[in-house]
Amino acid sequence: MPYLGSEDVVKELKKALCNPHIQGDRLRYRNVIQRVIRMSKLDQWGQAEVLNFLLRYQPRSEEELFDILNLLDSFLKSSSPGVVMGATKLFLILAKKFPHVQTDVLVRVKGPLLAACSSESRELCFVALCHVRQILHSLPGHFSSHYKKFFCSYSEPHYIKLQKVEVLCELVNDENVQQVLEELRGYCTDVSADFAQAAIFAIGGIARTYTDQCVQILTELLGLRQEHITTVVVQTFRDLVWLCPQCTEAVCQALPGCEENIQDSEGKQALIWLLGVHGERIPNAPYVLEDFVENVKSETFPAVKMELLTALLRLFLSRPAECQDMLGRLLYYCIEEEKDMAVRDRGLFYYRLLLVGIDEVKRILCSPKSDPTLGLLEDPAERPVNSWASDFNTLVPVYGKAHWATISKCQGAERCGPELPKTSSFAASGPLIPEDNKEREQEFPDSGALMLVPNRQLTAEYFEKTWLSLKVAHQQVLPWRGEFHPDTLQMALQVVNIQTIAMSRAGTRPWKAYLSAQDDTGCLFLIELLLEPENSEMQISVKQNEARTETLNSFISVLETVIGTIEEIKS
Amino acid sequence: MISQFFILSSKGDPLIYKDFRGDSGGRDVAELFYRKLTGLPGDESPVVMHHDGRHFIHIRHSGLYLVVTTSENVSPFSLLELLSRLATLLGDYCGSLGEGTISRNVALVYELLDEVLDYGYVQTTSTEMLRNFIQTEAVVSKPFSLFDLSSVGLFGAETQQSKVAPSSAASRPVLSSRSDQSQKNEVFLDVVERLSVLIASNGSLLKVDVQGEIRLKSFLPSGSEMRIGLTEEFCVGKSELRGYGPGIRVDEVSFHSSVNLDEFESHRILRLQPPQGELTVMRYQLSDDLPSPLPFRLFPSVQWDRGSGRQALNVRLHLPLPRGVVSLSQELSSPEQKAELAEGALRWDLPRVQGGSQLSAPLLPPSFNGPPSHGLSTSAPPLGLGPASLSFELPRHTCSGLQVRFLRLAFRPCGNANPHKWVRHLSHSDAYVIRI
Repeated sequence: MPYLGSEDVVKELKKALCNPHIQGDRLRYRNVIQRVIRMSKLDQWGQAEVLNFLLRYQPRSEEELFDILNLLDSFLKSSSPGVVMGATKLFLILAKKFPHVQTDVLVRVKGPLLAACSSESRELCFVALCHVRQILHSLPGHFSSHYKKFFCSYSEPHYIKLQKVEVLCELVNDENVQQVLEELRGYCTDVSADFAQAAIFAIGGIARTYTDQCVQILTELLGLRQEHITTVVVQTFRDLVWLCPQCTEAVCQALPGCEENIQDSEGKQALIWLLGVHGERIPNAPYVLEDFVENVKSETFPAVKMELLTALLRLFLSRPAECQDMLGRLLYYCIEEEKDMAVRDRGLFYYRLLLVGIDEVKRILCSPKSDPTLGLLEDPAERPVNSWASDFNTLVPVYGKAHWATISKCQGAERCGPELPKTSSFAASGPLIPEDNKEREQEFPDSGALMLVPNRQLTAEYFEKTWLSLKVAHQQVLPWRGEFHPDTLQMALQVVNIQTIAMSRAGTRPWKAYLSAQDDTGCLFLIELLLEPENSEMQISVKQNEARTETLNSFISVLETVIGTIEEIKS
Repeated sequence: MISQFFILSSKGDPLIYKDFRGDSGGRDVAELFYRKLTGLPGDESPVVMHHDGRHFIHIRHSGLYLVVTTSENVSPFSLLELLSRLATLLGDYCGSLGEGTISRNVALVYELLDEVLDYGYVQTTSTEMLRNFIQTEAVVSKPFSLFDLSSVGLFGAETQQSKVAPSSAASRPVLSSRSDQSQKNEVFLDVVERLSVLIASNGSLLKVDVQGEIRLKSFLPSGSEMRIGLTEEFCVGKSELRGYGPGIRVDEVSFHSSVNLDEFESHRILRLQPPQGELTVMRYQLSDDLPSPLPFRLFPSVQWDRGSGRQALNVRLHLPLPRGVVSLSQELSSPEQKAELAEGALRWDLPRVQGGSQLSAPLLPPSFNGPPSHGLSTSAPPLGLGPASLSFELPRHTCSGLQVRFLRLAFRPCGNANPHKWVRHLSHSDAYVIRI
């Protein structure tokens, strides 16, 4: 049992959470909560635990909400970072309908977060930086005036420097862009090649909004003729030209001369692409490509060869006289002598395309002119705070969303049935207010005494035979809105050990799915899910091979919960 | 919450291993962690790692790795705070935290862990409560020899008073249950500031940041009330104004939860009843507006700009040099300085620098085989001549100007002589970078 300061505290809390009568009486419940919150005698660990418990509480009125927030106010000034962050998360989650309160809290937590970012402890610094990045996704201007705190220092470990560079890239605004760019420019000539490259990519990111200055800096960097710098600059140019076509001119002027300094695959691909698409503005484009063609036999990267084919063909369309001969040689080599099948196929494809006629080639191959409005599409929309509020102060921002998704996928598959959360010993008596779907889903197998056996997959023929032989035991209709992804449903069903026999693709109407599950006593359930085009509801038909009503009811509830949760998540 | 806790030496040897919940793999998890740590690619952070359903979170402290594993999605701030607090506690109980002290005090460490964490939940980390439960005594190695110099972070080094007695407080365990009457009752108060500065190539100041802490290490019996008086003109935040003149200003201040702030507003006095052991009383930050000028400037000679009579200790200049610099000729002004070329950079060590002095070491690289850099103006520095970074300590000096006026104790332990009070102010460099 977590140590909460004294015996009577524990008793009060248990009383409040277990007694259904108290839960029903709103006023008494509120008083109990207030008493818990006023426990300033708790040490920092107890406070963090209480803040964690309170996450499940849903205030019933606005007045109650603001009362609780006022009482929690002092926790935001605590000297323990765990308590401050726990209080912040609680604020963000309780006030999810009041964005201005959320913004206010984030302003108040700026101080402690920045202090943590400059802390002596590198680990704390790193975790704080991850959270700063999380906040910047929703409030990009939040830390702009404190950009100096994110300048990298010489002795910091690499992973902290990378995070700081990312933060600098995201907090740029009109007032600080000059200084930030100067600082990043300093990093581009750093001794460590990885760090220099990260800084250059960051400048590329800023270039989407402040194109001219960044292109100028990048052009200057090309003048240094350093291999690791040049290759990344050319890659940045390639990405930039697509999103900000207004800088194409400047880029084309900067390109001549780079080819001597690029040795790696990525850089070569980028350079060749640029020469192919914008070759008409670059005077010596054909000669650079000719160099590549001469050396194609010794080229080790197939990706480069593929890029070379496409680029040369494009350039041929705009400057035929200069390119015809080498295009011929290249095609001959790719078709006759090349061992990599992908390259050969592409060569063959282009050759056949040319045989059809030059107009066809022009129609197919000319790249669409890049649209300046694409830049707006590329910018990730500012995500509302509520999308990440529940991840604040957990390990999710530290790993990053993508990595976390892979981790939780692995963990979900391993477990053979939802477990009770081990942390709270009060979970057995029910959540604080039973409005939390997740909690319910996790508790049901215990309450119904229904144990579904994992990995009991039926064959399609057996399913069909059994389905046709049984009568429908239960039919139900659930409300359903909008589109969803069948994979999500499948995975969610997998977690509760319901196997999918067949499922229609997303978007087809009518949408059907056939599921099966088996009880540990051998009782088999067969389910059909049907989504009609015009209805906004999902029809569920369940067949059972043994007539047992309680197990049937428990099973129905499990199924309902899963589908209800999917409904919640996607809406 | 926490499944396992273990401590590894800097080479990965497990020193301590404790499994709280029995739900994860056995001792080989420590080896697994070390292998994963050393095999991590450079850009991934080692702070939180994941393997096989378990999260590994660790800190490095005094060369040791303190690691916890958990399978829940818990708050990283709380875990890191717990690890730091454990490190401090172990240091308090064993004297100092290091491979040697831990190996000598294994039983004590396990006892502490038993009391602090129960089934993976934190019970208490307060030294007060723990005193009642811990029975084992710490095993201490021989005390310091008199000629050992101190370094930042250790308490009880040189003092202004005539009795220069380097007490062995650095390595003495604070919390021994059998309190020795002959042991000195001492309390050490350190005002330590970390200075982080970035100077551009044209001499302008790009960034200055001071992080300060007031740390207390108390050997007094707990419950003795203490009052710490700070400079009266000390202002918090940009808008406050106290006294006459510019005063001493910090941007933000945060206090330990046990500090009583009743008299802080009026007289800038902190009252507290510290438990035995180490405690950070107050933390403050200051950026951008230092009241005093910066200690060092590089011209390209190094000049220290401070009134005479003060000293800087252990100054070291690190200057990366362009590739191709093969040797250097040097004329140094005093024999204790050392300048050497190591790993493509110049290292110039000056153990002691007097205030107001200007030191120059004309270092001419005679054979400079760098690649010709066309396109750059001749006045620009060659590529690879990196930013100069300085590391130093400034004793008896705080960059923000904050000073402790007095430290008064209300409690006099009966029969003993007056407890000794040591107050020290210190600034040291966190990252002092001068661009060329």
